Amino acid sequence: MASITQDNHGLRLGVRYLVLTLIALIFVFPLVFMVISSLKPDLQLLSDTSSLRAFLPVGDISLNNYTAAFDRAPVGLFVFNSVFVTGLTVILSLFVCSLAAFSFVFLSWTGRDVVLAIIIATFIIPFETIAIPLLLIVSQLPWIGFEGFEIGWLNSYQVQIIPWIADGLTVFLFVQFFRDLPKDLIEASRVEGASWWQIYRKVVMPLSGPVIATAAILKFLIMYNQYLWPLIVVQQEAYRPVMVGLGYFFQLNPAWGEIMAYLTLITVPVLAFYLVLQRAFIASIASTGVKG
Amino acid sequence: MASKLTQSNRAGWSFALPGFALISAFIILPFFFAFGLSLTNQRLISPNPTEFVGFDNYRDLLGLAVITLEPERDAAGQVLRDEDGEIEYPRVRTLTRSDDFPQYRGMREWFRWQSGEDARVVVASDVVFMKALTNTLVFVLVVAPAQGGLALCLALLINQRLRGINIFRTIYFMPVVVSIVVVSLLWRFIYDGSDGLLNNMLAGLTFGFFQPVDWLGNPDTALGSIIAMSVWQGVGFHMVIWLSGLQTISPTLYEAAEIEGASKWQTFRYVTWPGLRNTAVLVLIVITMQGFALFAQIDVMTKGGPLDSTQTIVFQAVERGYGRQDISGGSTISVILFLIVLTISFVQRWLTREK
Repeated sequence: MASITQDNHGLRLGVRYLVLTLIALIFVFPLVFMVISSLKPDLQLLSDTSSLRAFLPVGDISLNNYTAAFDRAPVGLFVFNSVFVTGLTVILSLFVCSLAAFSFVFLSWTGRDVVLAIIIATFIIPFETIAIPLLLIVSQLPWIGFEGFEIGWLNSYQVQIIPWIADGLTVFLFVQFFRDLPKDLIEASRVEGASWWQIYRKVVMPLSGPVIATAAILKFLIMYNQYLWPLIVVQQEAYRPVMVGLGYFFQLNPAWGEIMAYLTLITVPVLAFYLVLQRAFIASIASTGVKG
Repeated sequence: MASKLTQSNRAGWSFALPGFALISAFIILPFFFAFGLSLTNQRLISPNPTEFVGFDNYRDLLGLAVITLEPERDAAGQVLRDEDGEIEYPRVRTLTRSDDFPQYRGMREWFRWQSGEDARVVVASDVVFMKALTNTLVFVLVVAPAQGGLALCLALLINQRLRGINIFRTIYFMPVVVSIVVVSLLWRFIYDGSDGLLNNMLAGLTFGFFQPVDWLGNPDTALGSIIAMSVWQGVGFHMVIWLSGLQTISPTLYEAAEIEGASKWQTFRYVTWPGLRNTAVLVLIVITMQGFALFAQIDVMTKGGPLDSTQTIVFQAVERGYGRQDISGGSTISVILFLIVLTISFVQRWLTREK
């Protein structure tokens, strides 16, 4: 009797794993296909799609597609642009948003609650609804750069960075986290004569590792994957990020091998980063759940 | 004492100012600007001064009318029919270009249906925008239940106590961290009509009986293909939100249900689902907002085609505001989009309110 239930249990467990694995294949196979195809010449890539060879690194395997992709487009420049814009925006965003959140939680000042309410209300504005008027605004803004004074931010790094530094969600994530910090700690430092800046830098921020990770990952994903905004504000190759750089590979008869090589090149580092930090990534997304 | 210690207008304002100023300049200002611009004829670069035009932009986008066409008759009053036996009607053009009907000026036929001997023709000022509106609504109406429901199923699967379950969670979530632009380009190859992976796989599974379909090149399948891909890419995101909702349900409730001898379905119906109410509202609203913002997939995969079958609201806003440098037209579409999203969020909240 016991052995029967045992078997039954084993079978049910097996079925569960089978279902889980089949679903996993649905999520994995396009990505595996992308990486594998990037190693194959176009002719073989196309003929392999009719069999399971599409998912196996067999036949004529080489890195030729990668060399060809670098010849077709300034891939290195695009990657630099994306990394530069993403990195700088993440750092500035963490600083500006945590500083604002600090003043909302630990300081009391006239207008505080109104300002916080306004910032939280901006949650309901999707970026897509402000992109076009924002395009007009940034096309008229002045800038003092290395070449002197100019009007218009189109085709620049700042147009990809500055509008994205502050956002309601990042401020809100910090506010939520700061509210759970012990107030006594801040008051004690204040009594000892620390300035607000010192408390922010020496007391609060060193305790804020988890929320910094959450906010940084969310901002990183948004910035690295930017498409609509750079598409409309950057026409010059010199400032183009990776996602917009994909345009170089669209043509009448697409060279799929090169496209797969480029896609792999810009995706695999992010995936690797995700696989290493998967707990933190998933926790970040889950924390957007508080947005409701 | 405490309030004295924390009272500081100067420090408070100066700490909050950088963030608040940036949000004001780059989110709040353009938001209100959109309303103002939608009442003008502003262009990105124009030698002519900007003029106030009232609600002209809205009329040019949303103008709709139904025209009833009576059949053409011969001298004896008999209905005329063409070779195929179809009733002949006067051309819509004769009405929309006639000085007798200034209200139909510039409108074009969107669709028509038969009502007795008459034909009813719906004419629109901007037929492409009307298609964009309906396509976006269809997208949201299909994706919201499909993605939300599948994500819940995955969350329930992942919420089991099994060895190695985290590996599966990591895999299901993987497409979320991949850019939608990359995913769209990858799936353009999968959906390809001649050498596409999907056609070849379906042909293999049916031993060659499956006839290849040009998924993105056919107006009947293009939007559906984009919907399927979008669900695939985003379902892991919502699975994680459902999971965090599932984890807030107290284990004692499940123990109680087990003692009462509740079936699996009863446990889900009376314990799990009531505990997920707030999560459900959140998931629905997030999917709806993401759905209405549909742009990258369209831009990479179809550019709105074939035959406008994948035009969307945001694609139209960008095509006008950026492509044709018609800032006021693009802003008008943005305002319409915002009002739709706002209304739907309120309706969803109201429908799922605590009773």
